[in-house]
Amino acid sequence: MTTAPEVGAAPRAEPYDPASASGYAHDHPPRMGFFTDTSLCIGCKACEVACKEWNDVPPDGPMTLTGESYDNTSDLGASTWRHVAFIEQVVPVKPPVSLGMPSLRPIETMPPDGVSAQGPSGSGQGVRWLMSSDVCKHCTHAACLDVCPTGALVRTEFGTVIVQDDVCNGCGYCVPACPYGVIGKRESDGKAHKCTLCYDRISDADEPQEPACAKACPTDSIQFGVLDELRERADARLAELKGRGEPNAQLYGHDPSDGVGGDQAFFLLLDDPEVYGLPPDPVVTTRDLPSMWRHAGAAALALAGAAAMTFIGRRP
Amino acid sequence: MAEAHPVGFQWVMEAKARGAKIIHVDPRFTRTSAVADVHVPLRAGTDIAFLGGLIHQVLEREADFREYVVAYTNAAAILTEDFEDTEDLAGVFSGYDAETGTYDPVSWQFEGAEMAPAGGARESFDPQRRENFAEGGAEDQESAKGQSFGSGGASLPGKPVRDDTLQHPRSVYQVLKRHFSRYTPEMVEEVTGTPKEQLLEVADALIENSGRERTSAFAYAVGWTHHTVGVQYIRTAAILQTLLGNIGRPGGGILALRGHASIQGSTDIPTLFNLLPGYLPMPHAHQHQSLDDYVRADAGRTGFWGNMPTYITSMLKSWWGDAATAENDYRFDHLPRISGDHGTYRTVMDMIEQNENGAKGYFILGQNPAVGSANARLQRIGMANLEWLVVRDMQMIESATFWKDGPEIETGEMKTEDIDTEVFFLPAANHVEKDGTFTQTQRMLQWHHKAVEPPADARSELWFYYHLGNLLRERLAGSDDPRDLPLQELTWDYPVEGAHDDPSADAVLREINGTDANGGALSSYTELKGDGSTACGCWIYCGVYADEVNQSARRKPGSEQTWVAPEWGWAWPANRRILYNRASADPDGKPWSERKKYVWWDEAAKRWTGADVPDFEATKPPSYVPPDGAKGPDALSGQDPFIMQADGKAWLFSPSGLTDGPLPAHYEPAESPVANALYPEHTYSPARRPFPIAGNRGNPAQSEVYPFVFTTYRLTEHHTAGAMSRTLPYLSELQPEMFIEVSGELARMRGLEHLGWATVVSGRSAIEAKVLVTPRMRPLRMGDQVIHQIGIPWHWGPNGITKGDAANELVEIVLDPNVHIQDKVGTCDVQPGRRPRGPDLPRYVAEYRRRAGLPVDDDVPARQGGIG
Amino acid sequence: MPQGGGKRDPLDRREDMTGSSMLERSGGAGPGRKDVRADGQGRGGRKRRRGSESLMVPDAEFESYYGRPIIKAPVWQIMDIAGYLYLGGLAGSSSVVGALADATGRPTLRKGSRFVAGGAAVVSTVALVHDLGVPTRFINMLRVFKWTSPMNVGSWILAPFATLAGVAMATELPGVVLPVVKKVAGKKVAKVVEKVLPGVGSVAGAGSAFFGPALTTYTAVLIADTAVPAWHEVYPELPFVFAASGMASAGGAGMVAAPVFEAGPARRMGVLGAGAELALMERMERRVGMVAEVYHQGRSGALLKGSRVALVSGSIGALLAPRLGRWGRTVQVLSGLALTAGAALTRFGIYEGGMASAKDPKYTVVPQRERLEARKAAQAAASNGNQPPQH
Ligand SMILES: Nc1nc2c(c(=O)[nH]1)N[C@H]1C(S)=C(S)[C@@H](COP(=O)(O)OP(=O)(O)OC[C@H]3O[C@@H](n4cnc5c(=O)[nH]c(N)nc54)[C@H](O)[C@@H]3O)O[C@H]1N2
Ligand SMILES: Nc1nc2c(c(=O)[nH]1)N[C@H]1C(S)=C(S)[C@@H](COP(=O)(O)OP(=O)(O)OC[C@H]3O[C@@H](n4cnc5c(=O)[nH]c(N)nc54)[C@H](O)[C@@H]3O)O[C@H]1N2
Ligand code: SF4
Ligand code: SF4
Ligand code: SF4
Ligand code: SF4
Ligand code: SF4
Ligand SMILES: [Mo]
Repeated sequence: MTTAPEVGAAPRAEPYDPASASGYAHDHPPRMGFFTDTSLCIGCKACEVACKEWNDVPPDGPMTLTGESYDNTSDLGASTWRHVAFIEQVVPVKPPVSLGMPSLRPIETMPPDGVSAQGPSGSGQGVRWLMSSDVCKHCTHAACLDVCPTGALVRTEFGTVIVQDDVCNGCGYCVPACPYGVIGKRESDGKAHKCTLCYDRISDADEPQEPACAKACPTDSIQFGVLDELRERADARLAELKGRGEPNAQLYGHDPSDGVGGDQAFFLLLDDPEVYGLPPDPVVTTRDLPSMWRHAGAAALALAGAAAMTFIGRRP
Repeated sequence: MAEAHPVGFQWVMEAKARGAKIIHVDPRFTRTSAVADVHVPLRAGTDIAFLGGLIHQVLEREADFREYVVAYTNAAAILTEDFEDTEDLAGVFSGYDAETGTYDPVSWQFEGAEMAPAGGARESFDPQRRENFAEGGAEDQESAKGQSFGSGGASLPGKPVRDDTLQHPRSVYQVLKRHFSRYTPEMVEEVTGTPKEQLLEVADALIENSGRERTSAFAYAVGWTHHTVGVQYIRTAAILQTLLGNIGRPGGGILALRGHASIQGSTDIPTLFNLLPGYLPMPHAHQHQSLDDYVRADAGRTGFWGNMPTYITSMLKSWWGDAATAENDYRFDHLPRISGDHGTYRTVMDMIEQNENGAKGYFILGQNPAVGSANARLQRIGMANLEWLVVRDMQMIESATFWKDGPEIETGEMKTEDIDTEVFFLPAANHVEKDGTFTQTQRMLQWHHKAVEPPADARSELWFYYHLGNLLRERLAGSDDPRDLPLQELTWDYPVEGAHDDPSADAVLREINGTDANGGALSSYTELKGDGSTACGCWIYCGVYADEVNQSARRKPGSEQTWVAPEWGWAWPANRRILYNRASADPDGKPWSERKKYVWWDEAAKRWTGADVPDFEATKPPSYVPPDGAKGPDALSGQDPFIMQADGKAWLFSPSGLTDGPLPAHYEPAESPVANALYPEHTYSPARRPFPIAGNRGNPAQSEVYPFVFTTYRLTEHHTAGAMSRTLPYLSELQPEMFIEVSGELARMRGLEHLGWATVVSGRSAIEAKVLVTPRMRPLRMGDQVIHQIGIPWHWGPNGITKGDAANELVEIVLDPNVHIQDKVGTCDVQPGRRPRGPDLPRYVAEYRRRAGLPVDDDVPARQGGIG
Repeated sequence: MPQGGGKRDPLDRREDMTGSSMLERSGGAGPGRKDVRADGQGRGGRKRRRGSESLMVPDAEFESYYGRPIIKAPVWQIMDIAGYLYLGGLAGSSSVVGALADATGRPTLRKGSRFVAGGAAVVSTVALVHDLGVPTRFINMLRVFKWTSPMNVGSWILAPFATLAGVAMATELPGVVLPVVKKVAGKKVAKVVEKVLPGVGSVAGAGSAFFGPALTTYTAVLIADTAVPAWHEVYPELPFVFAASGMASAGGAGMVAAPVFEAGPARRMGVLGAGAELALMERMERRVGMVAEVYHQGRSGALLKGSRVALVSGSIGALLAPRLGRWGRTVQVLSGLALTAGAALTRFGIYEGGMASAKDPKYTVVPQRERLEARKAAQAAASNGNQPPQH
């Protein structure tokens, strides 16, 4: 790509600890995060509801059927901090032989006239129904936090990213900055909101509790814990699934050297990220910010210079 | 299961993580299928054919767990020559009376245990004979006697003759083999639409995973039970699991996933017309003139049910305390009597017909029949004929508002001013606003504590009944009418607590548990006495308050106890977690395998021991042989694990207790677009209970007018008739509109558009819904036919945040004869577009009926809205 | 809907997924999946049929979740923010013109430019505050200084700029300022003020001109520092585009304000800015490839087309004006308006292009997927020395 990274906005060496980098003392708690293993998700949406209940998030569904499988809340936003995606795919019953392709893609779900079909029983086709509970990634290098002009978005001692309601002025800048489309601005109060990784629960000094969504998840698709441990667990689980013939199983947001320095909430997916509505190769936009400033500075100088040049010459 | 029991489903996922293979059999590809290893699609209502196909495979391959089958089942028992199978009688069993549509089970008996020659003609009803011998026949069908075996089997008059080689042509094993010989893979495919390769795949998996070293478990819920042959579905599974040796062993079983949080509790301590607590039958007006009559049938029985007199006597003592004495039959006469079917659907019919059985008043608590019961329109019409109706609910449900804005008001079939029903709505406290127990699917009671006070006037059921009882007793205090005596003498003295004088739920639980002569809490039902010295509200719950401790409130974490976790809650009976667990050991009392050891005989200690409470007399050795003439538990040998059965065996063949045949046979569901390929002479179950009245017309079989199969089901996001989900914004937004699910093929065929409207019409009514076209629905190829199925979630109704037509407008009332359950499957047509409104709707439906050759039934509403 | 003629591989059903019309019908409950080539060709085309070997070219299509956007488009009001992009550039550049006119003794141009700079700065600030969810909390912007937040940096630029440009503008209004000062502070002070007013104007004007270029180009960083593909991908050129278009608009404004004889620099600036802008846009679009197609489609395409027309005609007018004698002034005014309008259209066009690129997942997925596959291929090649597969 032409937008070759210049000097990064943030250090890229691991182990990079965002909490320390934000000035927390060395004895701050370990990085806490989520490993969402979508292969265990049954799409019950308990996480969505538990999140709204605990955090008092207002209902925001359009109250019309979207027709997008069983998903009627569509995406993450100011009032949906957990969102369960549903993807229906028609696949051959027996897994096709690998043709050495980068990824084995299931067959298209939608035939020419716009209605999905898989043929009568015994047709050799089956369905695959993917479900995945999405959430704020609590990026190691969080664009939302970087660009927030008021400092409303802050890094916690757990390395997570939260919005301080009483500081946010609703400028909305964090919204397009997030490479995952997570954070949103709520119309009713004009402020930005997103998952807090249940900061109030996990930081409770007397009785720390796991986040509400993880607590509610019946199948442990959402696993909360110390990031390093989660990463190990995820590696093991991926190996297991690959062994069981899930060719396209992949970890997402797990790699600390990716464009956002790794997600503190990462995923195991059974298909490519974009199938779930996730960007395949997200980059924290501020990685290029030093270069942007340099370009802007140069442009400003050029402007001044060029303007001055136009005044050279005869006076009126 | 992932859809309707997501929390329980965590254990399935855990099993999967440990290598279990998950097979999901469902007409639709659901959230369960999504994480299962295999999804097996089939035509709704054809599971007996599918399961029969599996039994056929097991028997053909002789792949049953033979030692288990010979020792622990009645496979070796020999039937009398009187028995004739569906193979002999073209689709019915011997004993069928075509006129009444009922069976007489006299011919379903074992040699050596036959009925004494019947004294007199069958018409002269002999209660003695019936009770002593084989339960069944029209009378029992009426009173849904089959349901009373919830905690044990029917009685047997003697010990059957056996052939342990299983070769005798009249041995149960051979009868079974012949009976299921029709259920070949090809036939199964033709009936169910399941490719035969898949049937064989499932058969292989089950057979491979059963035996000494391994066990397989079945989990089912209302996809199996809600059929006119629902009980026989479960029977088929039971036969299969028993043949494979998967009962009474860890990792085995047939797990009924129950419905409402404590629906198991509400059959244990029932809300059913024909049962008393602990599955004691409700006395019959003619058969049970005295306590003696009542217990005689069971008192002489073998097995644990033989102790039944102690259970009923203790219950009577619990209800009428000191007033119940040996002299007055422990006030047995205070109990109400039944004389036939008083089930809810019969009652509704009577209300519509306004006959002498028709109820005048109705209590609706925790139910919403105007949306949730089959043929919702008839439910409402019935309610419109009541004098009064009490609804206790958390929400203003459709059953409380039908008189002002119900669908019949819109169609003009009923007018508010014509409805004389006086409706009382009383706000109810919900489960977090009161103490109490939930009994779940594992028969486990778990205590829940009140978390918050109920708002405003909302009160618990306990509060309502306790204070209602007090008011009634106050009014009747001076009465000398003998019919008021049961109320006057009732023990009704509960401690109250809190600002609203809530009776203590803890005290109620203790009363249910029972007390000894000194008033101390009993610790086991084996302590119950028939001499009036013990009192116990429900014998199977005896022990829940053992040691004066509320055992159901125990919450010791799993990590701090054994893997069976006996100290979490309390399971009946006697805190056993697996029933009939003696079967987890071989006849000699040794575990079948190290891997699957659970309960075994400790020769040194001379007692049964293991991970769970043994479901066996603790010191009865495997070598025990009962002396002749032994009664009760003593009559069972040390190798008879099924201790509630009269012979201690698992019944592959059921000589009594079922009203629709001793063996399962496939009949088509309530309505069907095809003939019965297995028994062409009988499309439908010959013993099912139809109600062919106006408003409840069954679609003709193989009708081109109603060519599609529909089935109704739940969505995770909503709950039953909707009051607990369609009223809540957080849940409503997750499934905001009523929809139906169809395949792409059907959509194309009928011109349905994804997200467009469709109208679904049956002989009863028509509803509209948005269309979800999905590859999860697929047509089924059955031989040379292709059948299309329509999926209809049934949660919607006219009230709430998300509103929609109720699926139950479509459903016919036609019942299983054993337990009076409705069918969730039917036939229909589907057309694009919204349904007609107002008076056009009944006309539209009538026009369909006309085309289908059904009575058109102009459905002229009677004065109060009843059908004229 | 297209019904595939001819034979097709029954397994390759996705071939039937063509164009956006499919998605709009939203048929079936399947994921939105569209055939799209990385070069942007093919989208919206009725049908692209590839042989089954096309299965080997996974990056020639993209998948998405029901065609839903992956990132969130800005929630800003277009008039507020696109308007701000334009006005900021206009103000910033005009302040430079004002200062230079002041220095080179072009009073009319100076005066006009100071008015434009000051006025645009005030309106900009209002627009910015107006767009906030909680306008009373505008001040929170200045709670911290955060170089990673262009909006914060912008606030720190805008605040002094608007103050200085405002002061410079005020010095051009002695008739308004002096009576007020007189009333508030007395005659004496007013006298002093009257004396220093031009000096204050020059200092404030120079001060604003110090911040002006930054104000003009930082807005490019403001929008480029997002995940919006059509903004982020063009971050190297965008500040220069904005600088050029700022020059065009300020030049244009100067042409409107000043007489022909005084407006030479303004005309030169307008023409230079317009030319540079056109050239830079061209270069920018060529470099980023597929994502740039948003600048040729829909509202953005129309706006940018209008911008080109305005810039070109404004430039021609600017070049001709001094030679038209009597008509010179009129042509200069019209050309000036055309140039500044062209600049405005550029900003609105770029704004809309960004919005379009945010709303269509294609622009997020395809470049990222390409990048990812290229990286994987490079890794594979590095690890086993093989040729990377052809994409
Ligand atoms: N979220 C949620 N959970 C619930 C409830 C709820 O309303 N919502 N209700 C509770 C209650 S009261 C109950 S009883 C349970 C019921 O729990 P389930 O029995 O699991 O519920 P259903 O969805 O009615 O039916 C289950 C499945 O049966 C399938 N089915 C339909 N016909 C047939 C058939 O003929 N054969 C086979 N094999 N399958 C068939 C349906 O497609 C459906 O997927 O759930 C309880 N849990
Ligand atoms: N077509 C079709 N019909 C079906 C089924 C099907 O699968 N298909 N399933 C059937 C099954 S399994 C069932 S269980 C029934 C369920 O059908 P219903 O029992 O008629 O419907 P529910 O909505 O469960 O009604 C329970 C009511 O109890 C209220 N409630 C909750 N807690 C309390 C409480 O503590 N006290 C009181 N007083 N009220 C309370 C709720 O608000 C709700 O209105 O529907 C049956 N109908
Ligand atoms: S995912 Fe988006 S909202 Fe969450 S931390 Fe990263 S940039 Fe911020
Ligand atoms: S909307 Fe709030 S949280 Fe987001 S960038 Fe602006 S001030 Fe920060
Ligand atoms: S961690 Fe808390 S705030 Fe975040 S999604 Fe889960 S429940 Fe919601
Ligand atoms: S709670 Fe767990 S299983 Fe349910 S939808 Fe959320 S992640 Fe999936
Ligand atoms: S609603 Fe209650 S009973 Fe039903 S699955 Fe959830 S937790 Fe279990
Ligand atoms: Mo139920």
